[in-house]
Amino acid sequence: MTATIDAAPYTVEEVCERFDPVMGLEVHVELNTATKMFCGCANAFGAEPNTNICPVCLGLPGSLPRLNGTAVESAIRIGLALNCRVRERSGFARKNYFYPDMPKNFQISQYEDPIVFDGYLDVPLDDGTTWRVEIERAHMEEDTGKSLHIGGATGRIHGADHSLLDYNRAGVPLIEIVTKPIVGAGVRAPEVARAYVTALRDVLRGLGVSDVRMDQGSMRCDANVSLKPKGTDAFGTRTETKNVNSLRSVERAVRYEMGRHAGVLLCGGTVTQETRHFDEQSGTTSAGRPKETFADYRFFPEPDLPPLEPSREWVETLRAGLPERPWERRARIQAEWGLSDEELRDLVNADALDLVADTVDAGAPPEAARSWWVSYLAQQANAAGVTLPELAITPPQVARVVALVAEGTLTNKLARQVVDGVLAGEGEPDEVVAGRGLAVVSDESALTTAVDEALAAQPGIAEKIRAGKTKAAGAIVGAVMKATRGQADAARVQELVLERCR
Amino acid sequence: MNELVSLDAAELARRIHAREVSSVEVTRAHLERIEAVDGPAESGVHAFLHLDAEGALAAAEAADRAVAGGAPASPLAGVPIALKDNLTTTDMPTTAASRILEGWRPPYDATVVARLRAAGLVPLGKTNLDEFAMGSSTENSAFGPSRNPWDLTRIPGGSGGGSSSAVAAGESPLALGSDTGGSIRQPGAVTGTVGVKPTYGTVSRYGLIAFSSSLDQIGPCARSVLDAALLHEVIGGQDRNDQTSVSAPLPPVVEAAQAGARGDLAGVRIGVVTEFSGEGYQPGVLGAFTDAVRTLGELGAEVVEVSCPSFGYALPAYYLIAPSEASSNLARFDAMRYGLRVGDDGEHAADEVMSLTREAGFGAEVKRRIMIGTHALSAGSYDALYGKAQKARTLIVRDFTAAFATCDVLISPTTPTTAFAIGERADDPLAMYLADLCTIPSNLAGNAALSVPCGLSADDGLPVGLQIMAPALADDRAYRVAAAYEVARGPGAGPRIPELRALEATR
Repeated sequence: MTATIDAAPYTVEEVCERFDPVMGLEVHVELNTATKMFCGCANAFGAEPNTNICPVCLGLPGSLPRLNGTAVESAIRIGLALNCRVRERSGFARKNYFYPDMPKNFQISQYEDPIVFDGYLDVPLDDGTTWRVEIERAHMEEDTGKSLHIGGATGRIHGADHSLLDYNRAGVPLIEIVTKPIVGAGVRAPEVARAYVTALRDVLRGLGVSDVRMDQGSMRCDANVSLKPKGTDAFGTRTETKNVNSLRSVERAVRYEMGRHAGVLLCGGTVTQETRHFDEQSGTTSAGRPKETFADYRFFPEPDLPPLEPSREWVETLRAGLPERPWERRARIQAEWGLSDEELRDLVNADALDLVADTVDAGAPPEAARSWWVSYLAQQANAAGVTLPELAITPPQVARVVALVAEGTLTNKLARQVVDGVLAGEGEPDEVVAGRGLAVVSDESALTTAVDEALAAQPGIAEKIRAGKTKAAGAIVGAVMKATRGQADAARVQELVLERCR
Repeated sequence: MNELVSLDAAELARRIHAREVSSVEVTRAHLERIEAVDGPAESGVHAFLHLDAEGALAAAEAADRAVAGGAPASPLAGVPIALKDNLTTTDMPTTAASRILEGWRPPYDATVVARLRAAGLVPLGKTNLDEFAMGSSTENSAFGPSRNPWDLTRIPGGSGGGSSSAVAAGESPLALGSDTGGSIRQPGAVTGTVGVKPTYGTVSRYGLIAFSSSLDQIGPCARSVLDAALLHEVIGGQDRNDQTSVSAPLPPVVEAAQAGARGDLAGVRIGVVTEFSGEGYQPGVLGAFTDAVRTLGELGAEVVEVSCPSFGYALPAYYLIAPSEASSNLARFDAMRYGLRVGDDGEHAADEVMSLTREAGFGAEVKRRIMIGTHALSAGSYDALYGKAQKARTLIVRDFTAAFATCDVLISPTTPTTAFAIGERADDPLAMYLADLCTIPSNLAGNAALSVPCGLSADDGLPVGLQIMAPALADDRAYRVAAAYEVARGPGAGPRIPELRALEATR
């Protein structure tokens, strides 16, 4: 096919006049277990290359895998959250293929009997409706190492001068979640794809089983797309787009592939079954190396691991312990806090819902918590060029600031200075209060002395107040506030001034 | 020949612990015996691929200190042992008798090796084997064959021919082997030594370079049933590093060997597997076996015939399942991380280096099995080959279950012939495979089985082995019967240390 056809000339609306899109989404999630899938090495991102390794994850001769129970627990919880059935007896299989970053040249995975299968996720769409995405299966497997190809134009193995191998990631526990074909979404297919991955990310985050950072690769999406001419039943040839590293990219990649497929088909061409790479910059896909031969992974049961037979009781315990689904939680929070749809959407869009909820959980009233995050803290995040969750202050710290205001230790103005101190790394709110000497001066005798001194310094104004011109008290209050460096409660100072002039 | 090298391990341990002799003296005597008979590689016994005299003497000194302090680490503390070279050791190379592992020094000890060290045994060195334990003669070793001490022109069995010939030649009182299709028992039979394949899952495989993971089992090689039992108890028991190791307590094999040695098998029902006789069985082997059956009857056992019709499928099933698993297990030898690397000259891409290295590093039999296994697992063949073999395996398990419903143990010759000549079957893999005909069913079913010497074949004067099979986790039954038989057989027809005068004279 020519380059012009690769340029995706058709909009989604145009595509759907002639075709129905069919999608299949495969999402790989790295679990955040403390250790790897089959050994005791740390499961950590960003360590020095080849430091988190041992005979097992290096696949040294004689080594044997030892299954991580927490990974199994996470897999079951994910399945339950996706309304899947849990298989009473499942097992591992070996997926055999050669690649330098595969220590054993086989990957321990699950094949015919994944631990959970046959579920669904009701995905909220932008217009408030939901779309049910059917889940085929979710299975456990180990991640491979990482290759870094040096030299050559593409950064791929072909054409490289040499390659560096880092096995820190080898053996990191992965869950692969595979949808059934998503049919009938029409022009909404790209949106459904993004909404599904978003909802899945939120569910997994709620479960606490993964960091779900697409930018760091702890959540990766492969999007399979095909088109079938309207009115036919047989699916068209699909392409599998990899390297889709953000939610927005999921939507863009699906849209691009729909247009590209239509371009090929409408010119009388045929879609090549292949892997395609998504380019974040251009929003386009390009052909991967074509598979010269049919990949035969020669799956067979992993003889080094016994079958998995999670007990009914354990599964039910895990089911009972599942957290609320994120969107159900949102609905509950909206009702409890009395938020309008718009206020809720603003919170969600600002990525502030969890932060506010956690602040409320830490003891702050909802209104105060929300106000801090959407106004002052949002401004600070904006100024610093970071997202709200990245701001260097935690919900419990915000809750503490709110409490200090409520108990009168801080005025709102002082509270903002305390928050500034926390953001500047000066410690906990109470440490900032102490360190910067920011507490409201509530010592009555000290305040009274300050008032008396101000009145003595300005006898003419004192005389006016005594004569009933209470508005003149403002000048004395200002002087006291200046003397206490703003740390006095102005209303209380006003009262004291009037008392002393009675 | 120093008398110490002809003593069994239990007697050596007794003398060491009674401070009649030191572990250092015992170790030195064995090192001298090795020096006298093991080389040269082209004509000696060639049981060892690597010797660690210094390490052995240091371990012996430590054992002597523990004895002097009144606390030997185990009933076998201070006794030397040889290790099959497919068990990882931090202080010695581990090659699996393959060029492809050239230069590799494992960073960890196999669980069994760690347990031996903790028990105060004295590792002498690493013994020869067929490359990656694939073979029945050690002729597939990349470093040349070992030789049968009874007749140096003959094979010592395989794959563990190095361990069995070391024990038979007085080079070591004990050795460890691994048994995937008979690799402990068949060498035991043809060298006149005891070889045990414990129940699958009762001895950790962690640190055993895998050939066929669902069949591999580490076990003891010794000159007496009691010695094997003592070693069995040192290495056995659950290991968290091997998830196929079972939590059930290890059967009381030492107690069983001691009980059996009292020579009473009254109430024991023994089944003779009728399929394991007839065509292809050497008359001298069948003669010795028949004598053993008579002896067992005289000990009070009830001997009956049992048929296990599916055992006929064992050999073909084995030669699909074992190569299938091997094709995957051996995929890791790709020149990327350790061992041999060929073609890394800047001209070849990574996949070419992998191919060139595997071409140069693997021997013919290993390549044959990788290809057979790769084919058996491939999409078009899986159901007809691997899948069908697994069904046959199920049938074999059923035959065992039915037989053990009426018999306490089953017996057969360990292998159809005595030691054949080096080179005789080297070009005929199918003939070679027949050596494991009687031993393979127990690997497929995972039950316990051992080989105990049962005299010499009348036709060639070479050792014959009696195989005793017991249900899974009932290893003690096999030990009891074997120990009783061993006593009744008497030392005359039993193992002896071959003179090997020709070799000794060359020193």
